Amino acid sequence: MITLSQRKTIPLRLTLLTPVVAIALTLVIGAVIFATLGYHPGEALYQFFVAPISRPDQVADLFVKACPLIIIASGLVFAYRANVWNIGAEGQMILGAMFGGWVALTFPDLSGWVMMPAMIAMGMLGGFLWAMIPAILKTRFNTNEILVSLMLTYVAALLIDWTVRGPWRDPMSFGFPLSPMYADAALITRVYLPGFGHLGGLHWGVIGALVIAVAAWFVLARTLTGFQVKVMGDAPRAGRFAGFNPSLVTIMVLGISGAAAGLAGMVEVSANMGQLQPEISFGYGFTAIIVAFLARLNPLAVIGAGLIVALAELGGDSAQIALGMPKVVTGVFKGILLFMLLAGETFNRFHVRLKMPVTAVREVSDA
Amino acid sequence: MKHLLKAAAAGLVGVVAMAGAAIADPVKIGFVYLTNPGDHGWTYAHEVGRLDVEKHFGSKVETTYVENVPEGPDSTRVIRELARQGNKMIFTTSFGYMDPTLKVAKEFPDVKFVHLTGYKRSGNMSTGNIRFYEGRYVQGVVAGMMTKSNKVGYLASFPIPEVIQGINAFALGMRSVNPDATVSVIWVNSWYDPVKESDAAKVHIAEGADILAQHTDSPAMLQTAEKAGVYGFGQSSDMKAFAPKAQLFSSVNNWSPYYIAQIEAMLDGSWTTGEGPDHWPGNTWLGLSDDYLVLTPFENMPANVAAAAKAAADKVSGGYNIFSGPFKDNAGNVILSDGESYHDGNLWNDMNYYVEGVIGKIPG
Amino acid sequence: MLEQLLLTVLMTSVPLIFAATGELVAERSGVLNLGVEGMMLMGAVGAFATAFGTGNLWLAIIVGGLAGALTGGVFALFALGFATNQVATGLALTIFGTGLSGLVGAPLVGHAIDGLPQITIPVLSNLPFVGALLFSLDPMAYLAVALLAGVAWFLKRTRGGLVLRAVGDNHDSAHALGYSVLRVRLLAVLFGGMMAGLGGAYLPLMLTPHWAEGMTAGRGWIALALVVFASWLPWRVLVGALIFGGITIMQLAGQARGWTVPSQFLSMLPYLATIAVLVVISRNREFSLANFPSCLGRVFHAGK
Repeated sequence: MITLSQRKTIPLRLTLLTPVVAIALTLVIGAVIFATLGYHPGEALYQFFVAPISRPDQVADLFVKACPLIIIASGLVFAYRANVWNIGAEGQMILGAMFGGWVALTFPDLSGWVMMPAMIAMGMLGGFLWAMIPAILKTRFNTNEILVSLMLTYVAALLIDWTVRGPWRDPMSFGFPLSPMYADAALITRVYLPGFGHLGGLHWGVIGALVIAVAAWFVLARTLTGFQVKVMGDAPRAGRFAGFNPSLVTIMVLGISGAAAGLAGMVEVSANMGQLQPEISFGYGFTAIIVAFLARLNPLAVIGAGLIVALAELGGDSAQIALGMPKVVTGVFKGILLFMLLAGETFNRFHVRLKMPVTAVREVSDA
Repeated sequence: MKHLLKAAAAGLVGVVAMAGAAIADPVKIGFVYLTNPGDHGWTYAHEVGRLDVEKHFGSKVETTYVENVPEGPDSTRVIRELARQGNKMIFTTSFGYMDPTLKVAKEFPDVKFVHLTGYKRSGNMSTGNIRFYEGRYVQGVVAGMMTKSNKVGYLASFPIPEVIQGINAFALGMRSVNPDATVSVIWVNSWYDPVKESDAAKVHIAEGADILAQHTDSPAMLQTAEKAGVYGFGQSSDMKAFAPKAQLFSSVNNWSPYYIAQIEAMLDGSWTTGEGPDHWPGNTWLGLSDDYLVLTPFENMPANVAAAAKAAADKVSGGYNIFSGPFKDNAGNVILSDGESYHDGNLWNDMNYYVEGVIGKIPG
Repeated sequence: MLEQLLLTVLMTSVPLIFAATGELVAERSGVLNLGVEGMMLMGAVGAFATAFGTGNLWLAIIVGGLAGALTGGVFALFALGFATNQVATGLALTIFGTGLSGLVGAPLVGHAIDGLPQITIPVLSNLPFVGALLFSLDPMAYLAVALLAGVAWFLKRTRGGLVLRAVGDNHDSAHALGYSVLRVRLLAVLFGGMMAGLGGAYLPLMLTPHWAEGMTAGRGWIALALVVFASWLPWRVLVGALIFGGITIMQLAGQARGWTVPSQFLSMLPYLATIAVLVVISRNREFSLANFPSCLGRVFHAGK
């Protein structure tokens, strides 16, 4: 039986130590699994954690992969801090991509100075509006936002599927489900680093993601808005006494997280695809939920958590290419990594002891 | 001094070893797969092709594949990584890899890229495709003769040209032997969802269909047919193991000759992207006549049906244009009159209708 | 023809009934486990491996349930033992279960089995219409309904059910009364895992007698929706599962008859219907909140 007792404060050394221990444990368990499956454990771990970032351009690609995760998770942090469970970021991301795409496809002749801000605004609006559905249903009718936001993800996936096969299909694409290519002004360009040139797929959206994470941290830690969000999450009754409107906070945090997800969708398409296609997200919206928790709902830590999760993803590809390791092994390994990191978080918050309480035996028969 | 000598010797050994390696090293070939080769459909057929490449070239080549690569930025990265790891030729085996392949092809002018089922090409990127619809014409002939209810059920994935061509070729084959038969189409909106495919097959059967065809990848439809005592056709690979009593035959995508030809051309330096006309996708688009599409033995059908199937397959192999007039669309408009026929470009640009005998309308 | 369509609806609903009933029990104890998809896949691969290896379908059902329960045990270890966030842990469990089932199932790909037999209940099965529909199903379909009835009875009529609900409604008071919150939840999660495993097992044992990676294709998520759709009442799970299955089959049948609504919109119907029902039931507070486990998703640890 594991017993937990809450720590009053989290010592800094623990904050730094637990992720390290969690990752070390994952490495050990991973090594055992790889060895059991007949792979050289050292080589396998190398392929997972080192090979994907052994060149500067690969490090850049790691950031590219983490970019949507960081943007989405930075927004989700607000919702989760307020105890509002938006798990439909995937759908909000899709709507953001579609709204941004609408600008790019409808007004292809806009100049860059108008195009990009318009796409950013519309991308955020798309995610925002999609998140408003669970927000309004929750505040008006007390409908569970977890399920509504999740259901809307499926609806969003079908919606984009329909648009790129129907009204937005490129007439020149031989009937294949692709929108026309965006005009150059609608594409997020790659970052040119003096002395390096272009590094991998590093684009301005990545820089934006880092700025967003820092901004999210600032708002949450230093502003009244952030304070409201935290109070509503930690002590809703105190919040009501203080005159905060819980419905308004619910709408606000769903709006923020939706807008962030929408922005991520617009950025992902504009920077990496250049056109809309039936699938644009590949589960970023769900993975970002895990990232948010790994980051302990701290936007600054979201950057690191996003990079770790992205690394596991890239490592899976690299292990496949180098060792022929099936993709499913990656899933197992990633699952274990996440379990360990989540459990590591427990050691931060609680004193953990293993003991066998004798008194508990009676209650089992009752249950 | 001693150390220096040692180092020089070591360096020399290294150079020699490298030179030796350069001669003996196999040429690396990469494959990018959309799903797991165990899907028993699309990717499985590519995996068979890859294994045939290994068998054919032996130690001359070394192949690598990456599975479950989503059709987005991840594919760009994976293709680029394969190029960087020294693969000399890279096969990208799904339509959605088209622009990612094009992008990476520009970055690695010395690497040859072969993209399947798309239409964009460049100096070092060619495209290939199989005339899947030819097999479906033969399926239609068999279905038309076998059906007692005159209702045939068809499972389709997504309304892209390849799938529409297949439905129409099927219906033309069916109507050529049985003008009363109709085929109804259910869009499953997935290439691979066994339970939904099975549900859709059951619905077709409940609606009275006694022959089923599919343009989705799992063997679920045939298993359902087997249990319900109706017949069907397999997709991409031989699915007899799943439905020994129900499978009439499968149209098998045989990528091996194409892969082997491409690699051979690369090895002897004669590889080019070819002169494929711009109006249809694919520098290479071959079918039954070149064994790019192979039909498994005709089974579970009377001898006269098998004979008709063989005749139809021979006719197509012999150059018969399936899409030649007269035929109408299912709203009664004449598409082609007697003596007219489609060229390949029409198949991709103009086929936005169902032919007579198909129920409903193309979605989207 | 209608009879056959309805039968298809029934069969496509069975995995949902299993998984949703299990998740309902877990949620009534206050645990939100989003890992249903992963547990279903583990159940599916466990059942198929057993059926293929031993040819014993009964054993396969049992192994399917056990595999699901074990996977649920992993969730319990972290979410209950280590008090990790339930939403994140559930998502991680889905990733883990999807991967592990694919790994375990890799050698099984490409093989087929004979599915479950029908059990024809004498006399009743000869009744017109309902006979074929209700009295000549496969054993797991009966099992699903039996377990659902058992759960309904347990939650409403037994002391154990009362304790479970108490733990879900207010874990602090339940703890103060001397009940072991974590043990109750552990059992509920294991039961939920077993049911998800059985639901998963139904796929390769009955619907599509082969194993394929990720073959549940999102049905675990639908089961999660059903629990809320049912406002945490077991019998409504049955109704919800049938409506869900009914809409799915209806849109397929509509297409077969040549309806021309874009199929994407038809495919949206079940999800939109769930949202609509969610709104309707949550507007009526008595109707919905009476059974809502107030502690759903909230972490409990004894030593505050």
